Amino acid sequence: MTPLLQVRNIEKRYGVRIGCADVSFDLYPGEVLGIVGESGSGKSTLLNCLAGHLSPDRGEVIFDTRVDGPRDVRQMPEAERRLLSRTDWAFVHQNPRDGLRMRVSAGGNVGERLMAVGARHYGDIRQTAGDWLTKVEIDTARMDDRPSAFSGGMQQRLQIARNLVTGPRLIFMDEPTGGLDVSVQARLLDLLRGLVRRMGLSAIIVTHDLAVVRLLADRLMVMKSGHVVETGLTDQVLDDPQHAYTQLLVSSVLQV
Amino acid sequence: MITVTDLRKSFTLHNQNSAVIPVLEGANFSVAAGECVALTGESGAGKSTVMRILYGNYLAQAGRVVVNGLDITTATPREILTLRREVLGYVSQFLRVVPRVPTLEVVAEPLLSLGVAEDAARERAAELLTRLRIPERLWQLSPTTFSGGEQQRVNIARGFAHRYPVLLLDEPTASLDAQNRETVLSLIEEAKAEGAAIVGIFHDLEARERVADRAIDVSVFTPRKIA
Amino acid sequence: MSYNFAYLDEQTKRMIRRAILKGVAIPGYQVPFASREMPMPYGWGTGGVQVSAACLTPDDVFKVIDQGADDTTNAVSIRRFFEKTAGVAVTEKTTEATVIQTRHRIPETPLSADQILVYQVPIPEPLRFLEPRETETRKMHGLEEYGLMHVKLYEDIARHGEIATAYAYPVKVEDRYVMDPSPIPKFDNPKLESPALQLFGAGREQRIYALPPYTKVFSLDFEDYPFDPSKAAHPCALCGAEDSYLDEVIVDDAGGRMFVCSDTDYCASRRETGEAA
Repeated sequence: MTPLLQVRNIEKRYGVRIGCADVSFDLYPGEVLGIVGESGSGKSTLLNCLAGHLSPDRGEVIFDTRVDGPRDVRQMPEAERRLLSRTDWAFVHQNPRDGLRMRVSAGGNVGERLMAVGARHYGDIRQTAGDWLTKVEIDTARMDDRPSAFSGGMQQRLQIARNLVTGPRLIFMDEPTGGLDVSVQARLLDLLRGLVRRMGLSAIIVTHDLAVVRLLADRLMVMKSGHVVETGLTDQVLDDPQHAYTQLLVSSVLQV
Repeated sequence: MITVTDLRKSFTLHNQNSAVIPVLEGANFSVAAGECVALTGESGAGKSTVMRILYGNYLAQAGRVVVNGLDITTATPREILTLRREVLGYVSQFLRVVPRVPTLEVVAEPLLSLGVAEDAARERAAELLTRLRIPERLWQLSPTTFSGGEQQRVNIARGFAHRYPVLLLDEPTASLDAQNRETVLSLIEEAKAEGAAIVGIFHDLEARERVADRAIDVSVFTPRKIA
Repeated sequence: MSYNFAYLDEQTKRMIRRAILKGVAIPGYQVPFASREMPMPYGWGTGGVQVSAACLTPDDVFKVIDQGADDTTNAVSIRRFFEKTAGVAVTEKTTEATVIQTRHRIPETPLSADQILVYQVPIPEPLRFLEPRETETRKMHGLEEYGLMHVKLYEDIARHGEIATAYAYPVKVEDRYVMDPSPIPKFDNPKLESPALQLFGAGREQRIYALPPYTKVFSLDFEDYPFDPSKAAHPCALCGAEDSYLDEVIVDDAGGRMFVCSDTDYCASRRETGEAA
């Protein structure tokens, strides 16, 4: 099977400081990869390099495109890369305000990606948007409300609907449950897990919350100071951590 | 179905002066299809460690652990995940699920992830929950709110939902009443009859006597004290 | 002391003409230009005035309309400005003019191939209200990413049951660039496909863009909510025209009102020639 994403030797420096370096991995269709580490460990830098929000200094990000097979995203013309990020890719920001248009209704937020790929039938767009709001458990009666009138959890679910409406194959998530209270987090996790399985999505989730990755991720990558210090099956890394830093990380979590 | 050769396991505690704690040394055993093997030994002898290594949850320092033809010690995470999905089941003592997911879904999930149709998966889940006497009114609730015994039974239902060719059971009858204990033992017997290779930890001696064909004393694998 | 012809110095006019030529070469594309300070405030047509200045020749006949009217302060002062600085002939007759500067209307009388229509544009970027970043909107134009424009129309329908955008209705030019036609009523959109050269000048925003004669101009819409250039369902109370865009005029304190042509020249010439009913 061809990996959906092949990452080779990604490196990003901020002057002399290392953002991330020597990061390589394969992600297969349907796989969920968690990236954990403390603040400043380079996990968000890495995610942004992979998703094309930052330009890495070296390395390859090879995506298995629908038409031409595996291609280095960094070598693609910008138009193609942006099309990819509107269709086959999705990005869920930690702060929904970064991922939503706050002055556009919930329906318009979900419909945007459809219109961006050429949908021109209002009734159909609205129908699809409504279906997706239902999938993320937002009452369709709220469809014409702006996200500014939504709670944090609803905004985050709306952001997910907006991202998944074009049926992407790869979703990047940056602390998707950060800033939400615990019961809302659980609801979101359940939703994400269901969507990932039903749609056969691959996902890369950056978080510092080990409980989140235990429930969502198949595999784990532990980062420290810009480098990957340990990788493996999620439960193996959490239950039998090999690297000193991972042992510290795991033992630092409050048990509930 | 399971062949363990020269297995060695130790823990290195980097944050405690890199203390190395040897746990297993020179472990050799195998389990055939249709056989149920009980791991025995004192508490702390390494029974759970062996189970976890068999499941790929703990890494081995040396040796081979071949399950259904796959050497877990060298397999990629993806291969282990496929093995766990299709071949290798594990009933742990603890239920770990996403909060809010209804019990019926929790039990059906192993089947759904194998691509079994939703109706068929739910039907099988309902059958097991009924056998394990989880009242139907609880099926749409999350098991996170259940009592310890109920959670244990949900865990067992989930572990038996798919007919795994290899099954690891960690204290499957602990905290169960007589009726439910009986149900679990018959589930194990049925799995054996269907050809499953089973490895279990049973503190319940009667249960062990009834389902296990033989015992492996893991204290044999315990490394001798470092002088 | 006298002004240089049409107020601006020759170098500046040359610079503006280059921008105009580029705009003509790439219909609908917003060409940046070094907009000058003009002796009038921003918002009073400084962009249009600079484009007019760059187009005018001594033989031209100049007309200015403001919301269709030749006799408002803005129209009168710009007309006088060029009378004084360029010494060109001026007119209120659409048919007699060679250069027409307009604020927010297209004349009702069809234009011809020897006329230039110069628009005053407040905000040239049609994507501005949805995407505030100029770097991003330029990229969107460059890569032809126009989904956002339909989001605006979607929002209209969701909120009002129809596309409620009544002016500055976005268009796609030659199947390529999405363009803001300036705040003309959508009623005028079909007239954007014209034998005349149409130039758009935004002074404060420093942009010039153009529609060469006979350019294809498509008003954006949805399949199930097609573009509708409708207007108030009344005839003009003065000339009886049923095909012209109307202004609503309040005539007394009792709520009395009447609808009259917004294009004063069109209305007056209909009344003169006895076409009025």
